[in-house]
Amino acid sequence: MPHSTASEPMFSEVPIDGDSILPDAPVQVPDPAKEDGKMDTTGGASQTEDSIGEATRADVKLEDLFNDVSDDEVDEFSDPGVSNINNESSPPGAPLQIAPSAKYTDPEVMLAFYQRLFPFRYLFQWLNHSMKPSNDFGHREFAFTLQNDAYLRYQSFATGDLLRKDILRLNPSRFEIGPVYTANPRDRKTLRKSTAFRPMAKELVFDIDLTDYDEIRTCCDKANICHKCWSFVTMAIKVVDAALREDFGFQHIMWVYSGRRGAHAWISDKRARNMDDQKRKALAGYLEVIKGGAQSGKKVNVKRPLHPHLARSLDILKEHFHSDILVNQDPWAKPVKAERLLQLLPDKELNDSLRKKWDAAPGRSSVSKWADIDALAKTGASKTLDGRALLEAKQDIVLEYTYPRLDVEVSKKQIHLLKSPFVIHPGTGRVCVPIDTRRLTKFDPLGVPTVTELLGEIDAFDEQAMEEGDVKKIQDYEKTSLRPYMEYFRTHVTGLLREEKGVKREREEEDAMEF
Amino acid sequence: MIRQDYNRIDPKRRSTIDYKKKQFAIPTYKQQDYPHRLNLYEVPPTAEITLEQFEQWAIDRLRILAEIEACSFRNKTPGETAAHVTPLLQQWLPLRSNTSSSAGSQDENLKLERKKDHYSHFILRLAFSSTEDLRRRFARIESALFRLRFQNDDARERQTFVESLQLDWEVVSEEEKKALGADLQNATPGLKRPDVEEGGWFKVDFETVPELVEGRRVFLKAGKAYVPVREQMSMVLAGFNARLDKGLELTARALPRLDEDDRLTPILNHLSKNFATPDSTLSDSDSALPGAPINASSIDPLSQHFPLCMRNLHLTLRKNSHLKHFGRLQYTLFLKGIGLTLEDCLIFWRQAFKLVTDDTFNKEYRYNIRHAYGDVGGDAIRRGRGYSPFSCQKILTEHPPGSGESHGCPYQHFSVENLTTLLQTTGVNDRDVLRGVKEDVEKKRFHIACNRVFEWAHKGDITRVKEDGSWGAAELDTIVHPNTYFKRSYLLKSGAAATVKGEEMNT
Repeated sequence: MPHSTASEPMFSEVPIDGDSILPDAPVQVPDPAKEDGKMDTTGGASQTEDSIGEATRADVKLEDLFNDVSDDEVDEFSDPGVSNINNESSPPGAPLQIAPSAKYTDPEVMLAFYQRLFPFRYLFQWLNHSMKPSNDFGHREFAFTLQNDAYLRYQSFATGDLLRKDILRLNPSRFEIGPVYTANPRDRKTLRKSTAFRPMAKELVFDIDLTDYDEIRTCCDKANICHKCWSFVTMAIKVVDAALREDFGFQHIMWVYSGRRGAHAWISDKRARNMDDQKRKALAGYLEVIKGGAQSGKKVNVKRPLHPHLARSLDILKEHFHSDILVNQDPWAKPVKAERLLQLLPDKELNDSLRKKWDAAPGRSSVSKWADIDALAKTGASKTLDGRALLEAKQDIVLEYTYPRLDVEVSKKQIHLLKSPFVIHPGTGRVCVPIDTRRLTKFDPLGVPTVTELLGEIDAFDEQAMEEGDVKKIQDYEKTSLRPYMEYFRTHVTGLLREEKGVKREREEEDAMEF
Repeated sequence: MIRQDYNRIDPKRRSTIDYKKKQFAIPTYKQQDYPHRLNLYEVPPTAEITLEQFEQWAIDRLRILAEIEACSFRNKTPGETAAHVTPLLQQWLPLRSNTSSSAGSQDENLKLERKKDHYSHFILRLAFSSTEDLRRRFARIESALFRLRFQNDDARERQTFVESLQLDWEVVSEEEKKALGADLQNATPGLKRPDVEEGGWFKVDFETVPELVEGRRVFLKAGKAYVPVREQMSMVLAGFNARLDKGLELTARALPRLDEDDRLTPILNHLSKNFATPDSTLSDSDSALPGAPINASSIDPLSQHFPLCMRNLHLTLRKNSHLKHFGRLQYTLFLKGIGLTLEDCLIFWRQAFKLVTDDTFNKEYRYNIRHAYGDVGGDAIRRGRGYSPFSCQKILTEHPPGSGESHGCPYQHFSVENLTTLLQTTGVNDRDVLRGVKEDVEKKRFHIACNRVFEWAHKGDITRVKEDGSWGAAELDTIVHPNTYFKRSYLLKSGAAATVKGEEMNT
């Protein structure tokens, strides 16, 4: 475990400020046994789940759930209710009763994660946009996927603690976040008019999934990823993030690793949250460049002159194109794929001479093939060649192979549910951690801690602290490699709350002026 | 008439009338004059009109709206729609510009035209405000009508109209314009250099011009859209839609006050019922094929009767043993439409997805299929029998396929080469037909292309049924629904088989 070896004093020296940067986690090869993933959740496991669940229920007292409501101290991570439960169910120092071989899908592992590590408090503040419980959280839909794969929709909770309580009771394998509705989702069937229940606001979200890159990536396919193809996601985040900030003026953007092969963006600006479906569709359309299904031929058809958004994107993508696409992906190595490249070029004569050249030298790399286009064009291999058309076609090709492929349907609808940050991906056991865009290229999806590693880190830390006789009370997450991600999330939430507070005060002042 | 906006206090009633007598006072309203041809319909009409006029004006407007809607169902381009609707507008709902008369906006005829337009709009608002569906439909067509008229308006008059609206648009300063320079021009296609420098620019929130944003036809910076004067239509239209939606909602709330009224209510009900026309949803009679053996194993042979979109889905499914979400949805609903039962449909998909385990299938796919049939999910009362099969309109306009997806309409979403290849694999190899299809597709007339293929594939049978008179014109109308395609194809072919059999028996 990369981070569990650090001793405790070292941690306390690190100032807890929001600007701490995510570590460059070392590369880890996923354990094939873990990738296999599914294990039965019956028998003894579910029995323990029940007993833990009951114990927890007994421990949670009503007053504990409400006594932190007006707490403004952001630095303190966990609420009293949490530490209370932790203290009773697993006093500090007592190792968790989890065998090192335990799988991440084990209900017991999940429960321990929710109990000791999941940031309910910040999740609440993030979705509520204020410390004080409001309808932004109370009328928000949550959807749980239970251990038996049953799917529970329209769950809602007044506070983060009530959400925590229910999650500890149901121990879902993952859960998703939906929109804020006009009424409490739990009451939707009691409303007299069906139109009284409709979505009102939700974070604007984006979903990037590497399976959408299958036709252009050569290293992996389907659910598999490696460092080579993760660069597609890196490029996508750069481009989309720039557009959202510069063009649309959004500030509170959080990118989250989806746990396996993609990333989500959550935009919490008030203006973004209140957009209706039509506006979301417009925004998605603005960002969407690669269009067309499996059979539609050329997928990038953009007008000239290039829109400033596309010109900027092309600038960002150009440098990636050479290293990440031509060298790493080598997309036109096979003759079939090279034929696809030729289809995208405009000049028939030039294509013929290229084809001849490439047929003569099988195994020619994509870098050379890409250079061949210009080289042959210069020698005058084609008399009809239109230099401008060729340049534009080449730009289109760069875009086709690098421009973000967004799953736009997710962004278009307010009611779309999206997996919450910090849940465990059931297939990989990795935590859906936020991605620090300032250190984007350093983010390593395969180095993201898995739930079993994290719990192991807590144990190792506690053991060492016991040995050194230095039992100091610190939050569980601080003992693990989840810490930088948590701190990033906290900074993000603090920034959001600060702005929301400002907006509110402004509004109140305006009102005051009027009367 | 009913007051629309309760927040607006009529200036004449505000101070002059003693508040105690207010509720008994006869309201006096300002008579409206119509200085502009166009109208955002913000102020409801207040003058008296006869019941006869009430009904007649509403019906005249309704005719126009029905035509516009029909055009949108046939997927006509804005140009074609305008060409089709303009003569009808002349006849039923003329609205001429100030320059058409020497007296300008004071001309009595012009006033009458504008009054009719104004009143008929508000009458229909009453008639179509009762349900969410009607409201949405009404708003969509009214905004299409407004757009049509706005485009045809005289440039100068349009300018005065827009100025009279007092929309809050911030003007972009010269310095800022200079600083942005090339970006403004590059972001706004079709604009010449002098236009950029001399023309006026407005700065608005990007939310107010969703159309321009979606088409990437406007420059955006920090949440503001920089819109040239030329593109103001999109903004005016957004303003029109916003006002109309709000107005309709208010009308719906005021509607119960008409409950006791026995003069207007029947007229209004009648109007809204007659509007329920060529919505291309599928009726049962459109799809049911009594006696046809339709089950999980008969889909393969039947697929020869499928339109190209479904044929493509079927071929892709057989090739990959998988389809992505929207492909599954489009195909499942189509299969439901041809009469495949839920049980058979589940068997069909289970067998088709050869590469997945039973467990995965049950977890990830079974629910969606059942949902499409209305068996599970959503609100038990509202879900009815699930979604109806997609019409061509829906397939053409919603959810264009993304990478790796195979749904949609091949005529629209395929490149011409791939379309030709697909047509040839399905047995269409007549050169004339292929050329015709290519031309249709270039003109974006996807229906015509599909119908062309249908007519070619069934030409013998169509001549036969026309000759023996068993099929009328209505049954040979243009196909605008994949399930109609299937039904017609199936009946024609099986009819031929039956005839042949009959003849054999006779000889």
